[in-house]
Order: sequence, then structure tokens, then C-alpha cells
Amino acid sequence: MRNTFHTQTLFELSQPGRRAAVLPSCDVPEAPLEKLLPTSSLADAPPPLPELAEGDVVRHFTNLSQLNMSVDTHFYPLGSCTMKYNPKRNERLASLPGIVDVHPLQPDHSVQGLLALLYDMQAMLAEIAGLPAVSLQPAAGAQGEMTALMVAAAYFRERGEQRTKVLAPDSAHGTNPASAAVAGFDAITVKSNADGFVDLDDLRAKLDGETAVFMITNPTTLGMFEPNIAQIAEMVHAAGALLYLDGANMNAILGITRPGDFGADMMHFNPHKTFSGPHGGGGPGAGPIAVTNKLGPYLPSPVVVKDADGKYRLDNDRPQSIGRVRSFFGQVGVLVRAYCYIRTYGPAGLRKVSEHAVLNANYLLSLLKDTFPVPQGDRCMHEFVASASKLKAERGISAMDIAKRLLDYGYHAPTVYFPLTVKEALMIEPTETESKETLDAFATVLKQIVAESAEQLHGAPHTTVMCRADEVQAARQPMLVAPQLTH
Amino acid sequence: MSLNPQDLKYAKTHEWVHVASDASGAKVATIGVSAFALEALTDLVFIELPKPGKQLKVGDTFGEIESVKAVSDLYSPVTGEVIESHAALSDQLEQLNQDPYGNGWMIKVKLASDAGLDTLLDAAAYQKQCSEEQH
Amino acid sequence: MSYLFNTPADEAAMLRSIGAKSIDELFELVPRELRMARPLDLPPPLTELELTQHLAKLAAQNGSPRDHVCFLGGGAYDHFVPAVVDALASRGEFYTSYTPYQPEASQGNLQAFFEYQTLVTRLTGMDVSNASLYDGGSAATEAVLMSLAATGRAGKVVVAASVHPEYRAILKTYLVNLNVELVTVGTPEGIVSPVELASAVDSNTAFVLVQQPNFFGCIEDVEILAQIAHDAGALFVTSVDPISLGVLKRPGEYGADIVVAEGQSLGNPLQFGGPYLGIIACRESFVRRLPGRIAGQTVDRHGSRCWVLTLQTREQHIRREKATSNICTNQGLFALRATIYLSLLGPQGLREVANLSLQKAHYARQKLSSGDRFQLAFGHPTFKEFVVRDRDGAVESLLAEAYDEGLLAGVPLAPWYPNLSDCFLVAVTEQRTQAEIDRLAAVLNTSSRTKRSVHA
Repeated sequence: MRNTFHTQTLFELSQPGRRAAVLPSCDVPEAPLEKLLPTSSLADAPPPLPELAEGDVVRHFTNLSQLNMSVDTHFYPLGSCTMKYNPKRNERLASLPGIVDVHPLQPDHSVQGLLALLYDMQAMLAEIAGLPAVSLQPAAGAQGEMTALMVAAAYFRERGEQRTKVLAPDSAHGTNPASAAVAGFDAITVKSNADGFVDLDDLRAKLDGETAVFMITNPTTLGMFEPNIAQIAEMVHAAGALLYLDGANMNAILGITRPGDFGADMMHFNPHKTFSGPHGGGGPGAGPIAVTNKLGPYLPSPVVVKDADGKYRLDNDRPQSIGRVRSFFGQVGVLVRAYCYIRTYGPAGLRKVSEHAVLNANYLLSLLKDTFPVPQGDRCMHEFVASASKLKAERGISAMDIAKRLLDYGYHAPTVYFPLTVKEALMIEPTETESKETLDAFATVLKQIVAESAEQLHGAPHTTVMCRADEVQAARQPMLVAPQLTH
Repeated sequence: MSLNPQDLKYAKTHEWVHVASDASGAKVATIGVSAFALEALTDLVFIELPKPGKQLKVGDTFGEIESVKAVSDLYSPVTGEVIESHAALSDQLEQLNQDPYGNGWMIKVKLASDAGLDTLLDAAAYQKQCSEEQH
Repeated sequence: MSYLFNTPADEAAMLRSIGAKSIDELFELVPRELRMARPLDLPPPLTELELTQHLAKLAAQNGSPRDHVCFLGGGAYDHFVPAVVDALASRGEFYTSYTPYQPEASQGNLQAFFEYQTLVTRLTGMDVSNASLYDGGSAATEAVLMSLAATGRAGKVVVAASVHPEYRAILKTYLVNLNVELVTVGTPEGIVSPVELASAVDSNTAFVLVQQPNFFGCIEDVEILAQIAHDAGALFVTSVDPISLGVLKRPGEYGADIVVAEGQSLGNPLQFGGPYLGIIACRESFVRRLPGRIAGQTVDRHGSRCWVLTLQTREQHIRREKATSNICTNQGLFALRATIYLSLLGPQGLREVANLSLQKAHYARQKLSSGDRFQLAFGHPTFKEFVVRDRDGAVESLLAEAYDEGLLAGVPLAPWYPNLSDCFLVAVTEQRTQAEIDRLAAVLNTSSRTKRSVHA
């Protein structure tokens, strides 16, 4: 069944003289290129792109698509990524003429519908966050973090405070310390205790007058709720610093608790996780941020405002703003989908999303806890981290072996080897858009896999298009582009 | 020609050091990474070393060594100027594992002072540290 | 409800297995005093039908190139998108998948990224490309961070005023935190003066950023500018319009060290600014400084060709605060669209899109500047955009009147360039017809010649 001919690279499929797109002839008087542009600026020939027929292109990419697992085709319990169902209606609505084709530099009066949507989006995110000031501009979660840290830097700069450090726990996403560095801070690691929570003594020792921000992920990267969050917020604020919430795990707490209520001063959302934006094979995402009122003036420009006459407008006149982090308004297409999602569920529905995300995760945990040790115990929020360390020690079976074998059974693998604080970690996030039958079947398969021989697992996957790439060769002699072929 | 690991001094961060005098009598340290540390870094893919002329102080990073999914800083155990860098290593990373105390040398540093030398471990003490790390 | 599965019976069975009495009990991990005592204050839920009606109503309140002929550019362009791009990119196997952490389950995306990278290098004449960044502006910023690291110069970077003003604004936001001086070389004549540039760069300059064609549509003398940057030991970075590379010399041929671009033109919709596609490509020697995801070809256990994410030690999940960038994702779906678009166009198609845009822009340029009211702000050769000066200085009312006549006639430059407050930028793509351009000229030329208040 598999078409290996059309999954050759575009460059191998290319034949000189073949073409797909044909452009109309020129309907204005045409001048030679040399008359219009300096000859020194002109190329001798167009770039050496492949030459293909339309049918080649369609068959090539359709066949490539079939080499992917996706939420539409498979259970995808990739922890920390919230791979929930991406509603088809949102795709259609975000593609409406009047939304998908609007130019970013159109005058405000010509985009009142979109500005109204974005204005309401700002307000809805503020309510969900419990933080009143919102910027929709950041292009991804990592950029949201960095933007918030720049907001913090501007806030302290204006107050004349020299604060150079950003603290984050050792269990944090790598983007936290990386964002701190890009925003010009020194990144300092705070230890986790044996339960995976913030080590309060270590935090106390590292919080000082030079600390600008403590970044925390809550629910945590282990899928737990930080029990000392209120105390942590107090400690951070007592040191004159700000508390940042990495909102990667908001899917567990919508309408249950709000970051602003548990002491966060700033946070980012991942609409592509929490609000069902499709992940697109690695993006686009978006990273809107919400902050307290005192930080609001520093948010990037523009923001959408509503004037007394009911008209909406992009406000660029914000003298304390950090400026821009992205061109134009940001990831509008992603925000429109997120808007559709929030409007579909409404307040009670959003709470149900989190309730069922947590129910599904706890149910799966109850099915698997006798098969895999779960260091965090028998309750979790929206995800949990199982450990294959016992299997590794006793039978040489690694988390990676299990992940690869799952692919044979038609399940995407959980996130493996993250967080770094758990050995042989398998981080499992089922999301609320899966049925009990799917979870039962997945648990049964995992138990079956554990009963298989070590050889069977080391050799896995056995049924996929390829098996365990030579990553050493890939990194040692990087081949990042296809070679030029001569016909 | 490989050096005898028993004759070398070691930093706690796993760099080895061999100090000798050059023709003019100046002290020159040859620096590499121990076999023990290199074994832990399986599947090496890349090494970055400083250019000659770079000034190093004890504890400065002088380069990086990468495997597929890990990266380790290389720390200078001495203070002085890099006078030679083993650039050829990047195309023959296998030399690091095959001959860590010979062809696997990384840099030569002309010492500005003896700073740091007295805190280095001898082979026996380093061996002890390694066996503790394994458990 | 909506997208949930669990029936009351499922819920009861699941709670039994968990050993909990209720879903509320599961939330006991959250300290009671932190739990919300009220529902979220959000609008009530909408069914699919109601939501569709609501969105249709909002969409109808926006003008767009659907009902207004579009001459807007300034970094986002109304180029034609073939049906195949939408059809293929809307396959669920592409858009509902994620970052290819498991290559066995992601060969489709990985191969597409590899093909994207190859196409970008062929388009730009550079050695390597990553698998994309957020947008043209973030790509320019990442090029700065690369340059600071690659040159070891942390003193200053030099940027031409003819670079997209929003990209420069982003640079400013980033650099203030890194204590790097941002020097802007003025372009009162519409292009960078080599003399001015030479006096701005010195031995402390990490990079020079120039846009080609520049924000005003003008062709910069990039070969000379590259030479000036290189003579000072700085890197030369260009921000390009990928469509222009159908006719213009590739950056690799005039000495660019890093090339960045906004890839929206390559088959991606305008959608009010995003998501777009950040393109970045560079010389081989900087590959380990490239930010973001990179796909590479290798072999699998059985010796068969396959693709993986590679050089991952550059990235934040391994190197954390020492990473080349904090970027975690790419714009996979939009890189895919660009890949499909370029495969459909091929070399000849790209040349035709570029040539048609150029010819029609020149026709518009002549048409608009032939009357007594409008003149070209700059005399330099232009590609598909040009700056028009209104001698009456009534840009705002002019554009508003044109809008009422069904034309998105241009982008006013006043917000970014106070000296050009009587000017606007006009862009022409292959989609515009002679009749549309004639109409633009007619409407603008008959527009009222005095300022009036508009759409308050």
C-alpha cells in the first residue's frame, strides 16, 4: 500500500521543463528587466527550484502526510503538550473571508469586527487568568515568557531597582532559563524537593534584593498542584520580586483556580494547548500574556482599546510600553481559533474541560500505577509522570523502548525523559477529548508491552516506515539540505 | 605519544593536566579530559575549542563537548594563555575515546602563574572521586 | 458537552477505579482557599450554528481584499495562493500533528521540513536554513543574537532606517535588555548611503542589517554595503522579499552572511498579521548558532534514509540558559505551505510572479506620478512597492476616500516616518489587473484636495 515512489524528495521527483502553476500573461505594457532594475541587482537565472507537475505535488504531500501520527488519526498522550481534539468548526471559522484575508495594515475603521473579537479575547483571557491586563502579541509560549520578563525588567528599571536574577525550578521547561537569558537576566536554578515541589529552603536562600522574578509552572511539570504556592507567592513578594506563572498546564485549572488568585503577577497562555489550536507539526502557536494592573503599562504595543463611542482601535500611544516583540498584531489566526473554543464552551463548559482532563488523567493513572511506579503517588492533575526506572534496572528496558513499541500498536508515545528530575520518565497527558474505551485500550497495550521480551522492545518499532535513526551521524555530519542533482 | 594517566593531575571537573617546561623555560600545561568522563559522554558529535591567544583563568570555560543530547562545558584548571588548540580533533572525535591522554589532548596553555595547580588531584585521589560518582 | 466523551456512567466507573467519590475530590490537590467560589465571568456557550452566525457577523464588519482591491504591502502581501496549498495543508495528518519528537511517527513532517530547508537555501543562495521562525521580525532579531555570539562583539549593531520599522522596533525592545547599542543609519534619500554606513560601522559592530528591496520598495546597492560591513569585520545580514528572488540576485551571491525574510508571500494568508513564517538562512560556519528546529537527513537502524531533528544541543531543552535562543517551536504548518507553494511554482513560476509584480508596479508607479498632484518620493528603482508623495499632504483623507471607493490604496508612512507624513506606500502584486490600477489612479487623482476629518 505504501507509495515509496512519490515520497522521494521533491528534488528527486523534479524533471526539467515540468511545471504546475501557470501565471496569466502581462496585461500592462511590459519593459525589459534591465530597463526597470539595475543590472547589478538582477539574477542571471531564477533560483534552482524543483520542477514538478501539480499531480506530483499533490501525491507527494498526501503520501508524506500519511507518514505522520496526528490527533485526527491517533491517541497522542504527549505530556505537557495537551494534544486535544482540534475542532473542525474553528478551522472553518478562522478561514472566513473577512478574517483570513484581512491585511494587517488596514485602517482601524475597516477591521471593527476583528478588533471587537480581539478586544473580547483580551477580556476573556484576563478573566481566566485573574490578571487584568493582557497582550495578545507574543508569537509562542516561549516568546510570552520572554515578553513578560522584559515587562518585569522595564518595571524595575523605571523604579530604579537593580534586579539581575530570574529564578526557576530545576523541573522547569528549558524555555524558562533560556527566556531569562534572552531578556538579559542571569538564570538561577532552584531545587525541587523529594516530592517534586519547590524546595522552600533553597528558594529562600536564593531570593534576594537582586531577584527580579521567580518563574513557576503550576500545575507543575509533574502534573501536581504546588501545595505551597500561596506561601511561595508571599516569599517572592516579600523579596520585592514578581511571580511568573508558566501557563503550559492551564488545561487542569480552567475555572477551578486562577493564577492571579494564587499570587502570580504575570503569566502566559498556550492557546495551541489549552484552547485547542492545532499544533501544525510544530507550530504556529501563540503566547498571550496577562499581568497585574501595575505591570499593564509596560505590555507591548499595540493593545486593542474600545473608545467611548463604542469603536475599537489599536492603541500604540503607550509611553511606558516595552515596544514590540513581533511584527503586526501577532498570531491572529491562532487567537481566532482560541476565541471560538472559549465561546463554544462558555464558563461552565470550560470548567468541565478541566474536570474531565483531570478525571481522564487520574483514571489512566489508576489503571497503570501497578505497572509503572508513579513517584508522585496515586493522584494527579491533568497528567502524570510514570517511571520505567525499575524496568530499566531489572530488564534493561528503557522509557524510549516503551515509547517506540507504543508506535507499533498505533499510539503516539508519551513525552519521554522530561522532566529531568524523574529517571526514565514517561509523561502521560490524555486530555479530556478521549473516551474511557481509548484509555482502557491504551492501558491494556502498555501492560502487554511490559510483558514482552526485552529484545522485542529494543528492536521496536517494527511496523513504522523507519526504526531508530542514527542521530550521531545526523549531528556529527549534519546533512541539512538535499544535494543538487544533475539530470 | 600517550601520557601515563598515573603521572597526570586532575581537576574535579574531569580535565587532566600535564605541566612541562618549554625551550625558554616557561611552564606549559597540556589539557584534556579523562577517560572516565569521556566514557560517560557517549556518542560524541562536536567539540568547540578556543583559538590560540585566548586568556584563561582557573575555572573559565574554554570549550564545549557535545553528544547527541547533552553538552558539557570544559573548564580550565589553570591560568594563562592558550598557545595551541587541537583543532584537528573536531574531525576525529573518536581520538578522544581511543587515546584520551595522547592524541585526545585539547589545548596547551602557557601558564601566567601557578594558580590552581595546588588544588588539582593526583591520580589516586581522582580515581577515588570517580568511583564515588559511580555509586 | 461539546468535545467531551464521558457519559455519567463512564464518570462513575472511572471514579470507582480511581477510588474517589467525586470529581471535586480530585481537585483536593488545589488548596481549598485558592479555589474559585464563582463561575468564570465569560459569555454563555454557543452551539456550532450560533458560533458560525456570530463569526460571520464579525467577519462582515471587516473590509478585506475580498471586497476592496488591495494595494497594501509593508511586509505582508496579497499574492495569489493556489488551491493545492490549502487542500494539502488542511490535511489533519499535517495540522493536528506536533513537533517530530518521535521520528518514526513524523517522517512526513520531517521530510517536509528538510525540503523546506533545501528550498530556502536554493532561494537565497545560502548554505543552511532552519525549519522556520515566527515571522520576519523575529527572524531579524534572531540574526542579531547569532551575530553577537558569532563575532564576539557585544558593542553595537547597525540597522538601516529603510528596514521595516516594526522589525527595528522589535530589535530595540530586545537590545535594551542586552546593553547593545542600536545605531540606525538614516535613509533620507530612500536608500542607504555607503558613506553614511561606513561612518557608522566600526570594529565593535557585530552586524549590519539592510532590507532588499527595502521598506520603501527601493533597490539597495547591497554589494557595496556588504563590502563595507565586511571591511569592518561585521556580519552582513539582509532581510529580503522571497518573491523578489525570482528576478533579483540571491543574497548568497552578494556576500550576505545571514538572510532573513518574511515568508507570508509564499502561499500564506494575510490573516491580519499572523501566523506568518520567519525565514532564516546562513553560511555553513554559523550553523551551530542557528536558532530553532533543524531537520537533518540520516539513516535508520536498517540503513534506510530517514530524517530527524538534529543539532539539538543548540536548543533550550538541552542547553537551557546557554541556548542559542529561547525558541521552542517553529511555524511548521506555514513552512509546509511555503514548501508546497514553491514546489507548485518552480523556477519559472516564481520568476513570472516576480516579473508580473514588477511590471504592474511600474505601470502603477507611472500612472500615479503622471498627474500634477502625486510624485514619487524617491527616484530609485523599485521592485513591487513604491512611495508616493501627495503634494497636498492629505494622505489620511485620500486613503479614506479611496476605501469608500472600494480600494485599499496604500499604507500611510506617518506613524513611522514623521518626515514622510505626506507619503504613502503602494504595493502591487501579480493579482492586480490593469483595470484595477487604472481605477486606483483615477480615484486618487479625483480625490478631494483638502484634508477632511475621516471615520472618526
